[in-house]
Amino acid sequence: MSFNPTKFDYIKHRKLYFTITIALVLVSVLLITFRGLNLGIDFAAGTRVEIASEQVLKEQEVRDVIEQSGLDADEIDGIQFAQGGKLANVTFVGVFEKEQIAKTKQVIEDKYGKEPSVSTVSAQVGREIARNAIYAVMLASLGIVLYVSVRFQPLYGIATVVALLHDVLMIIAFFSLLQIEVNLYFIAAVLTIIGYSVNDTIVTFDRVRENLALAEKGGRKVGFEELGRIVNASLQQTIVRSINTVVTVLMTAIALYVFGSESIRGFSLALLVGLVMGMYSSIFIAAQLWLVMKGKTLSKTKQAS
Amino acid sequence: MIKKGKIATFFITVIALLILIGTTSSWLFKDTKLGLDLKGGFEVLYEVQPLKKGDKIDETAMSATLTAIENRVNVLGVSEPDIRIEGGNRIRVQLAGVKDQNEARQILSSTAQLSFRDVNDKLLLDGADLKAKGAKLGYDPQTNEPLVELTMKSQEKFYEVTQQISQMPEPTNRLVIWLDYEEGDTYEKEMGKENSKIVSDAFVSQPINSDKAIISGGSIDAEYGKQLSSILNAGALPVKLDEIYSTSVSAAFGKDALDQTLFASMIGIAAVSLFMLVFYRLSGVVAVVTLLFYIYLVMIFFNGINAVLTLPGIAALVLGVGMAVDANIITAERIKDELRSGKSVLSSFKAGNRRSFGTILDANLTTLISAGVLYYFGTSTVKGFAIMLMVSILVTFITNVFVSRFFLGQLVESRLFDKKKSWFGVKESEIREL
Repeated sequence: MSFNPTKFDYIKHRKLYFTITIALVLVSVLLITFRGLNLGIDFAAGTRVEIASEQVLKEQEVRDVIEQSGLDADEIDGIQFAQGGKLANVTFVGVFEKEQIAKTKQVIEDKYGKEPSVSTVSAQVGREIARNAIYAVMLASLGIVLYVSVRFQPLYGIATVVALLHDVLMIIAFFSLLQIEVNLYFIAAVLTIIGYSVNDTIVTFDRVRENLALAEKGGRKVGFEELGRIVNASLQQTIVRSINTVVTVLMTAIALYVFGSESIRGFSLALLVGLVMGMYSSIFIAAQLWLVMKGKTLSKTKQAS
Repeated sequence: MIKKGKIATFFITVIALLILIGTTSSWLFKDTKLGLDLKGGFEVLYEVQPLKKGDKIDETAMSATLTAIENRVNVLGVSEPDIRIEGGNRIRVQLAGVKDQNEARQILSSTAQLSFRDVNDKLLLDGADLKAKGAKLGYDPQTNEPLVELTMKSQEKFYEVTQQISQMPEPTNRLVIWLDYEEGDTYEKEMGKENSKIVSDAFVSQPINSDKAIISGGSIDAEYGKQLSSILNAGALPVKLDEIYSTSVSAAFGKDALDQTLFASMIGIAAVSLFMLVFYRLSGVVAVVTLLFYIYLVMIFFNGINAVLTLPGIAALVLGVGMAVDANIITAERIKDELRSGKSVLSSFKAGNRRSFGTILDANLTTLISAGVLYYFGTSTVKGFAIMLMVSILVTFITNVFVSRFFLGQLVESRLFDKKKSWFGVKESEIREL
């Protein structure tokens, strides 16, 4: 079976794509509502101690070491292991005082030979970080929609924002599904996707606009069917670059995910998911949605005349 | 018909660029400032609280606190501290490359309110009476025990104070030296405590005709003595500092993170380069050469604006590589379109360049909007990511417009490839007749 992306009819099954998308969105919303997110200390407040060792760490041993530093093991919120168990990420609900940080660091360094990394976030700062994250996502989305609306037309802007919110929702749902910790870097990844996933949509819209202008030469009216052919042709013409531009960024994100440092692993994963969903949404949501909306305005002008 | 001059220009420029990059890049990377997540260090966000209830934290108090913290950081000898006031009553301190983080944190936030009192807690002298740099670690000439020697501004004043105390009945003729005395503290209560705020309560049997006071005894070991003198010399903090956010990364963690992420970056860049070569042939060669120069240029700009490289910053640089070749892809695909429509190599190149620029501009500006928002809302390492992303995007324009076009231009205009459309990744069968 051979599939040629430059010959595929993209708009024929658009109702199916819309159905799939709506279903995905519904599932995502339910998932996020009921399963929630694994919020890291950046948002939820608390303390995180990262312990690195040359040997594989054992959970009971880590708990014992924590108790030696004058803490109650009950205060531990969670322990996660990484890098084959040589790295432990211990989170606490309470915010350590600097004396406690100093003591914990000393005890752990004495035991494992490496100084641990310790972070604390107070409840007040956690709330601010969460609030700023929401503001940032809204502001960036708004800025991009405005830009696309001005550079193209408002209809393109609306289609872009729908695709964009879809991408963000998918990343959040993915992190909710696998309960991966959400931290500050996650927000950085989401904002990068907001800015970047629009690229493919823009490349496609650019071509749609160009082909439409060509078809409308000499004041000719373009009907819905021809509009559909134009969108389809534009998608076929731009599909290779849409895929390739994402593939190159995807390659770098995969390299960072597989080989990069533990602390940016979640960040790289969020990018990965965002890039793939961004590619899907620009082909199967943005262009198709624009077609349907533009088609509605065509039939209106027809009735009016 | 083949213009050898153009080919020569291409090779000479490529070689010159490679030599430039090869000889200066080690210097360039050495010059790059590393953030605390890469070389170890800590960041603390302090909330400034009044020492006494009812005191107001205003701008004067904040700038006095900032100065006091700066003095203390100077004591620590950190090369590039970043200390700034944030939103009214907060101070963010970022210290990368601190050796002893625990000590540094202690020195930064101890208020160090020195006071000399009698046993009835009456204030006689305070930190302001200490001479500038008047505290130093010394050793008792007889016992060789460490001690802290305090030099006063005025010998007369110290004489008067000690005279006053020496006239008090025994055993109340003591000069009590306090650190961080708070209202309500009393000599009697404090003496019974562990970790007492009283650092000395020596008997004074006769007036001291000298400008020197000495703190010695149990709690003073060489390390604490040195730390205490540093704090006292840096001056008292006029306020209390509460840590409301903190991150500390050990140097070993930072180095591991740096090594791993640099390795990941090289893999990512190699993969992208290979992909470009296989998919876009000649345009791919140009893209890869441009890419090397692109990374070089990004680092020059990044260092030029004195930015600090953080872990997410490296990630942004690598992602930037993936995004920078997008411009090459858009142009190369456009050239392929033109070739397929039957145009000549030269006119396809020209049309491809012209038509792709607007698309590249639009596509990159949206990412720039996101990066700008991230810069505005982000702090420290995330800001480092945003800065790198912005620099990457801006440099993409430069390398795409000036560098890769120039290179591809030389090759195309040499007319060597006029009959070799497959060198651009187009199959003969795809080309339509005009």
